[in-house]
Amino acid sequence: MTTATVDRKILPPPIERYTVLGWVYKNLFSTWYDALLTLGSATVLYLVFAPMIGWAFTTAKWEVINANLRLLMIGQYPPSELWRIWACLYIAAIILGVSWGMWVRGSGGVGIALIVAPFFFMLFPSLELNDRLNLGGIVIAALAGFFIGRARGKSLSRLTTLSWIVYFPLVIFLVRGLNEEKQFFGVIGSNFWGGLLLTFLLTVVGIVFSFPFGVLLALGRRSSLTFVKMFCIIFIEVIRGVPFITILFMSQLVLPLFLPAGLTLDRVIRAMAGVIIFSAAYLAENVRGGLQAIPKGQFEAAEALGLNGFQTTIYIILPQALRAVIPILVGQFISLFKDTSLVAIVGLYDLLGISRSLLAQPDFIGRQPEVYMFISAIYWMFSYVMSYISQRLEVRMGVGER
Amino acid sequence: MSEQIINQPIISCRDVHKWFGQFQALRGIDMDVQKGEVIVIFGPSGSGKSTFIRTINRLEEHQRGTIIIDGIELTHDVRNIERVRSETGMVFQQFNLFPHLTVMENITLAPMRVRKWKREQADEVGMQLLKRVGIPEQAYKYPGQLSGGQQQRVAIARALAMQPKIMLFDEPTSALDPEMIKEVLDVMIELARSGMTMMVVTHEMGFARAVAHKMYFFDQGQIVESGTPDEIFKSPKEDRTKLFLSQVLSH
Repeated sequence: MTTATVDRKILPPPIERYTVLGWVYKNLFSTWYDALLTLGSATVLYLVFAPMIGWAFTTAKWEVINANLRLLMIGQYPPSELWRIWACLYIAAIILGVSWGMWVRGSGGVGIALIVAPFFFMLFPSLELNDRLNLGGIVIAALAGFFIGRARGKSLSRLTTLSWIVYFPLVIFLVRGLNEEKQFFGVIGSNFWGGLLLTFLLTVVGIVFSFPFGVLLALGRRSSLTFVKMFCIIFIEVIRGVPFITILFMSQLVLPLFLPAGLTLDRVIRAMAGVIIFSAAYLAENVRGGLQAIPKGQFEAAEALGLNGFQTTIYIILPQALRAVIPILVGQFISLFKDTSLVAIVGLYDLLGISRSLLAQPDFIGRQPEVYMFISAIYWMFSYVMSYISQRLEVRMGVGER
Repeated sequence: MSEQIINQPIISCRDVHKWFGQFQALRGIDMDVQKGEVIVIFGPSGSGKSTFIRTINRLEEHQRGTIIIDGIELTHDVRNIERVRSETGMVFQQFNLFPHLTVMENITLAPMRVRKWKREQADEVGMQLLKRVGIPEQAYKYPGQLSGGQQQRVAIARALAMQPKIMLFDEPTSALDPEMIKEVLDVMIELARSGMTMMVVTHEMGFARAVAHKMYFFDQGQIVESGTPDEIFKSPKEDRTKLFLSQVLSH
């Protein structure tokens, strides 16, 4: 020991080490009521999950999923044009892999899950060889992206962000096609889109188009121009005060009445319009929350520098407001992803709609538990991935915050 | 401007009034500032000194009287307001740096977007300014990673990047820890000696004594007394000024 007048040595913090048994004891059985709660919860978990797992592995007849996998995934999309879907998946895998390698770096549970998911699909016997090869190819693409991202580091940051922004419009373009007349890469109308593909497209179109629309509404609501402000308030409050399903019916039945003669929109496009309108109104309110969180001093500093209102909004206010509401926006997009299942009610064959039509066939009567379990798992998987990515995004965006 | 008549004040305020609801914050302020002068405004809180300095670049709108900055009258004309703002730099009590931009981006944003400079040119000027305020090594950090004194020096560099003719300081050291006040004041003193026209709201009497050409004592929205630092410190005429100075200088 040194005396108090001399500087003490800088010590490393004490290290806490536990053995497995020690950990179990400390966290699960440290007092008698801890032990009681542990045993009680374990019993409840067992009573709930044991029969469920038993059912899944013994009684359940998963053949219904196997036989209809293609239908559930892409609906009536022509098999000859399947390569476009694969292309979308490959591109997604590469960008996701690069993002993962660059921003998350470590492998991480979800990273592994993303790699495992394609292998899970390979388990289905109905898949053909080239489907399996493609699934394997996607894993390789994702891994390649991961290593590129990790090796090149932040130098790809801007490019990757840009790729994500370009990706979603690109998907719509790839799936829909280009040319009415030509054989190669012709238009595949939205009435052929179905299953998980349609669910995705509704979500993607909803996000891509409602985002700018919602941001404009949020800004408009704070505008000093009375009419702009009035319009935005009325729009937001009317849409938010009406159930989503009503908006979907309105978009199916009422929207065609407002279109000029000769112009018809098919049912999917009309549903998309409903999704966009609905999502934009909620997004506007979320973004407004972010705008209100910006201190007055930020506006004043921007004004004092001579930036005009537009420049202040674009360079100072929106970047901060949007960053502040990322978790809320991702939450909203996850809800939107699940809410798109309501289009089944207006007769579209999204993941839920196509399941319902499957179950109406005599061959598959009584297979509800299997089908609904399966599509629940799919919804959950994608929702969880989105949620996890948003958490990582938050951590990353936290750098340099005040 | 070259056609400017000699001795025409760069800031000219006549009978400036301002109300917040029923409360009258400014009650007929008259002030002329010559090019190159350093003005210190002091007074108790609520005396209208911050409100007044904020009317100079129209962050607050005066409701009566005239304010003419470098020959441009502040009216509702947005173009006049923008011209005045790009000729006056302002430094705030709370720094108000943009937290999502690096130090360098904070400085170069306005020159690039308002003055339409190229990035290289803006970066070069930005780096010169950071050297001038003594923190070139912080250029690529975010404001949140800097100390208060460093942030305020960045704020000064940001305001200078627009090459203003006038610098306004609204209590620039009031939010700082004691050991950081000096580093900011040193920058301001250097700026004052370089001939910049400055209007400073502050209670730092040492700063006033060192570089101010003229001091104004505000109370209840009026100018109670004005004079050179010598006059104010050695022989204040008004009782209120004496009382206030004794409180500020006592410690």
